[in-house]
Amino acid sequence: MLSIDRSIIDAIVAHARRDHPDEACGVVAGPVGSDTPTRHIPMDNAARSMTFYEFDSMEHLRVWREMDDRDEEPVVIYHSHTATEAYPSRTDVSFAGEPGAHYLLVSTREPDSEEIRSFRIVDGVVTEEPVRIVEAGVDPHAVQSYMFGQSPATVDYECSGR
Amino acid sequence: MAIEVRIPTILRSYTGGAKVVDGTGDTLGDLLADLDSRHAGLRGRLVTEAGALHRFVNVYVNDEDVRFLGALDAKLSDGDSVTILPAVAGGAFGFAAAAAISQHAVAAR
Repeated sequence: MLSIDRSIIDAIVAHARRDHPDEACGVVAGPVGSDTPTRHIPMDNAARSMTFYEFDSMEHLRVWREMDDRDEEPVVIYHSHTATEAYPSRTDVSFAGEPGAHYLLVSTREPDSEEIRSFRIVDGVVTEEPVRIVEAGVDPHAVQSYMFGQSPATVDYECSGR
Repeated sequence: MAIEVRIPTILRSYTGGAKVVDGTGDTLGDLLADLDSRHAGLRGRLVTEAGALHRFVNVYVNDEDVRFLGALDAKLSDGDSVTILPAVAGGAFGFAAAAAISQHAVAAR
């Protein structure tokens, strides 16, 4: 099961809506071994595509180093499907390289509702898991990401220039 | 000549779980051959049968993506740090099309 703060889900959905019809992608980092996503990091989709996403290689290195320095790991790796359901495509499965991560998919194909689903992808095997959305204010990290997620006017999402 | 190599989680089955291993080589290609002599199978996850770096594996020397340094011909020096990260990629794109792009990218190098 993936437990994730409501404010982080809201920020991910906002990111996916902002980049629609292109696919949006990113990470939610959390303390190593905690299985708790606390720090939302929207990533640039270097492919800038409606049907494909790829982290920019230099941003990828920077963010992974930063997580290493902070004793964090990628707890959630998310991306959006903008015209199809929130289920991993064969492409998603073949590229899934973080066996410890929750792969969160958001579908933005419907204009006023989102489909949000989470999967484990290990050795090519997809296992869906429940998503438990935790209301904000439970722990201080969650409150921090709430501030981050809810202040898009002051945050450079690195895709705002498009 | 020792070069530190950072191994991603998904490839640690080849290094007995080690996150960092040491290797030697004047180029990235030499380094991967050296690593493969102690961690059999590792090179095959990074290099295609045609002998090019896989399109969806990112390898960095210090802070630089090796694609801008000559890929497998990238020169290495004592004390360099090499980081391997599997690309984070996917999407609704059909598998065949993604594979075609991947092959094209390999062939173009």
